[in-house]
Amino acid sequence: MADTRRPLSPHLQVYRWQVQMVSSILHRATGVALAIGSVLVVAGLLALAGGEQCFDAFRHVAGSPLGMLLLFGWSWALFYHLCNGIRHLIQDAGAGYAIAQFVRSSWISIGVSIVLTLLTWAYVLTAGGAA
Amino acid sequence: MTAKDLRHPIKVARGLGSSRSGVGHWWMQRVTAAALIVLAVWFVLTVLGLLHADYATARATVAQPWNALLLITFVLTLFWHAALGLQVVVEDYVHTHGRAVCLLVAIRFLAVLGALASVLAVLRIALTH
Repeated sequence: MADTRRPLSPHLQVYRWQVQMVSSILHRATGVALAIGSVLVVAGLLALAGGEQCFDAFRHVAGSPLGMLLLFGWSWALFYHLCNGIRHLIQDAGAGYAIAQFVRSSWISIGVSIVLTLLTWAYVLTAGGAA
Repeated sequence: MTAKDLRHPIKVARGLGSSRSGVGHWWMQRVTAAALIVLAVWFVLTVLGLLHADYATARATVAQPWNALLLITFVLTLFWHAALGLQVVVEDYVHTHGRAVCLLVAIRFLAVLGALASVLAVLRIALTH
């Protein structure tokens, strides 16, 4: 039970969906996903430090269908958070606040992140398959 | 503050709310973000470079001084940035004070644990190679 009875934001239900809203929500969602995904970075490093058997087990899990699916999702989350993060830094500097620019930069974040994800996985798959 | 309170109002305000840290959180989130632009791209490229490397090659790569240094910088910055970001999410969406405090402490603990475990792993690889 919340400590207050007044209505609490975000009041998503009163807004018409628009791309700036999607880019903002995705930034937080991918941020949380990446924080959880950082467990993979720790696991990889610990496995590498732990010896060859450990590392092979890690590779086996990472290269499994579920592992690859998670890696695909995390790679897009990383590229999206990266692109939109750069967009936010530019906005923090005071630029790009006109509505048209705001909408366009939202689409650019989404578009570029998808392109980078596809390029990365095209490289991974053409370089000979799973890790 | 009551009429009997002889303390200056600034004494009551200090240590509470934004007067505790000002823009410190906001600023460090941006500083770590700027660092992560470079470090995350380097990390992805390094991992892609090790796609078909065997164990010895992967370990030797991590053990190289520059790679070890950048890797440690990456994980420290990553967990710092993640802790700051998750803190904002909890503060925005968890409206029960006790639960929010527990989550904020848990986030700090896990972030420090993750960062130190990673650093320890990199040091072990770099120093025992």
